[in-house]
Amino acid sequence: MTGFHLFVLDILAVMIIIYLYRVVRGPTVYDRVLGLNGISTKAIILLVVIGTVYGRVDMFVDISTGYALLNLVGALAIIKYLEQRGTA
Amino acid sequence: MTYSFELPLLVLLILTAGGAIVVKDLISAVIILGSYSFFLAIVWAWLGAVDVAFVEAVVGAGLATVFFLLTLFGAAPKDTLIRRTPPPIAAVIALPVLGLLLLYAADDLPAFGDLQAPASVHVSPYYLQNSLSDTQTPNVVTAVLMDYRALDTMMETAVIFTAGIACWLILRRRAS
Repeated sequence: MTGFHLFVLDILAVMIIIYLYRVVRGPTVYDRVLGLNGISTKAIILLVVIGTVYGRVDMFVDISTGYALLNLVGALAIIKYLEQRGTA
Repeated sequence: MTYSFELPLLVLLILTAGGAIVVKDLISAVIILGSYSFFLAIVWAWLGAVDVAFVEAVVGAGLATVFFLLTLFGAAPKDTLIRRTPPPIAAVIALPVLGLLLLYAADDLPAFGDLQAPASVHVSPYYLQNSLSDTQTPNVVTAVLMDYRALDTMMETAVIFTAGIACWLILRRRAS
């Protein structure tokens, strides 16, 4: 692992923490949903960068793709729940 | 102690775990637990356990969130708010002490990737050398799971089947 990889990973972790503040403190549920979507995009990139660190990008791309698909399903489930409940 | 990427991951895990405890309604706790589960998946990927990371991302972050939400569908909106009581004094004192004891014990664990660790010298060499001739299976993990520990795996399948039946019963009652 080079210093460049570590730098990229740390920058991504800091960006995730910024989103995490909105997820934990968010006044409404919509803030939390949007924050979770932002976290998942950063985390997908994080997984691919970890893949380049280990030199096995193909496997890690599979994980990140699977997570991206499931995150879509999760977000749809949350939105469906909020729609049924009416208020947030 | 040298700096490594485990430290930011640990900070993220602690932040999400604490956040899931302090929020006021269950839907927010479900959202935060989804992100917690995904950071756990990144930890597994960082340690090189790619298959475990995949299962954690799919089951923990994806399926568990959907199942929690399906359960919330059946609950009344006023029941999804959490009224918290302050924790007992004994827990406030005893749990940090327990955490310190666990950290103290973790100091004696073998280092990550240590070739002389008990897990690396006890049965792993036997599996690596003989699994192909014993079981005719090229993948060592599959040989261990499906051949050497076949009875164990069968009972695990029974447990998962029971859990699936329980989920089906709960979700079916909601639909009727």
